[in-house]
Amino acid sequence: MNTLKQLSIFIENKSGTLIKVLELFSKAKIQIIASTIADTQDYGIYRVLCSAPCEAYTILKEHGINVQLTDVLAIAIEDEPGHAAMAISALSQAGVNILYMYSFLWKGRGVLVMRTDESDKALEVIAENDMDLLNEDDFII
Amino acid sequence: MKKILPNDNNPFFDEKMETMTRAQIEALQLERLQATVQHCMNSPFYRKRFEEAGLKPEDIKTLDDISRIPFTTKQDLRDTYPFGMASVPLRECTRLHSSSGTTGTPTVILHTQKDLEEWAAQVARNLWMVGLRPDDVFQNSSGYGMFTGGLGFQYGAERLGMLTIPAAAGNSIRQIKFITDFGTTALHAVPSYVTRLYEVMQSMGVDPRRDTKLKVLAIGAEPHSEEQRRRIEDMMGVKAYNSFGMSEMCGPGVGFECQEQNGLHFWEDYYIVEIVDPETLEPVPDGEVGELVLTSLCREAMPLLRYRTRDLTRVLGRTCPCGRNHVRIDRMRGRSDDMMVLRGVNIFPIQIEKILMTFPELASNYLITLTTDEDNDNMTVEVELEELFTDDYRRLQNLTNRIQRALKDEILLTPHVKLLPKGSLPVSEGKAVRVVDKRTVYQ
Repeated sequence: MNTLKQLSIFIENKSGTLIKVLELFSKAKIQIIASTIADTQDYGIYRVLCSAPCEAYTILKEHGINVQLTDVLAIAIEDEPGHAAMAISALSQAGVNILYMYSFLWKGRGVLVMRTDESDKALEVIAENDMDLLNEDDFII
Repeated sequence: MKKILPNDNNPFFDEKMETMTRAQIEALQLERLQATVQHCMNSPFYRKRFEEAGLKPEDIKTLDDISRIPFTTKQDLRDTYPFGMASVPLRECTRLHSSSGTTGTPTVILHTQKDLEEWAAQVARNLWMVGLRPDDVFQNSSGYGMFTGGLGFQYGAERLGMLTIPAAAGNSIRQIKFITDFGTTALHAVPSYVTRLYEVMQSMGVDPRRDTKLKVLAIGAEPHSEEQRRRIEDMMGVKAYNSFGMSEMCGPGVGFECQEQNGLHFWEDYYIVEIVDPETLEPVPDGEVGELVLTSLCREAMPLLRYRTRDLTRVLGRTCPCGRNHVRIDRMRGRSDDMMVLRGVNIFPIQIEKILMTFPELASNYLITLTTDEDNDNMTVEVELEELFTDDYRRLQNLTNRIQRALKDEILLTPHVKLLPKGSLPVSEGKAVRVVDKRTVYQ
């Protein structure tokens, strides 16, 4: 499998709702590798890459939290100016739209995590351009 | 056919009826109640009801005997839809009004020609009471059609002899043009619409005090507070009088404020007014809040006995410096059922629930919150997501929009729809709290 499992968690835009989720990760000793929140006036989606996504999904579900396992693509790039632009430009030229993206540093390299509207096509572009596609094994802690 | 009118300087439209003493009112009420109960024997519904209760018309010997008559409810009107409650043959009826029936079976109210004339006379009496005369120009900015505020005020204003403009609701710029071009002196509308008209007047550079001849507003059909009324009066530079009506009794005309503006006179030659505890259905003392129960005394086509209005109010007094001893009733303070009145539209939570249930994306819990924002009623519907079926905002927003549109089609106004995670809304033990009314009108 060439995609990563990301947790998408639906939370109310209100104080105290995020900590409830984080405490569940903490209790289960699941490490968060990267996360991002996008919010609207009423609600937010908290997106998380973690050490055990399927286990985390089950735990969150059991606690009645609205959560979805989402397939995302992660590519590693050099931590230098211009590399993100190169990666995105290849996708863009192929007509792949990015729905959302976030980035973080992992072992000295940059990681771009994204969801696209056509993941099969995105995977083709990534392969054709010899981009470094990451999978779950790359994130074993 | 020329109708006889009082002299302009007479404060009363129907002096004999309006100035009766309490004893005269009660004597007339007993006489009319006995006649009405007898007449109700022509209604299949009431004949059966009386039989079940072991009641005969001749059992009504005093006004207190009204307590022997079973209550009539909205459900009874639905059950007898369309004509099962009529007390006259259909060929004697000349008008039918019907509720929209969005919450189930609609209801029908029938009128004979005499009913319509009596209805117009009540409205005319009200408008005369607040100083309107045949020289006045009356603009009715109320919905027409089945909504009784349209034809009810139309016929009443005409009965008084005013130049009457059936402007109907909406199109504010045209309304304001009518007001200035035709020299409108009196306007009937729901209070929130008056506020809207004022806003549009401001944007057009029209000052209601300087550029119009307005002096009287009749406002009703949606709950409003004393403060809201005063604000409307200050804005428009007029007197605003509270009007009460309900289609079951005829429509507008049932009760109206006199120039004292201290409660609505309910016309006791036309109705018997009771205030009862909505739980025990026993009468409550004057001054205490209870459910308004009305018995019509002059209706031919469809008299209703002890009709439970579900409106909560109280008796303020039975005398008045204006010279009318007809009971004064406080402005409506809420409902004994869960009906909400927003911007003149009646809405039941079940209507909202019914729509929400059609969305499989949603959990079953929901909460409706009503707020007042610059004198406008607003509704927020909070719903819970059953499953996070996407992590794409556009699809979540699309869901919110679809819910909003579906609700608008049902309740005719656009609520704010707030999507929440499952489990966010309070779960109540027993009967769920579905509506939180934070509007200032009931405070």
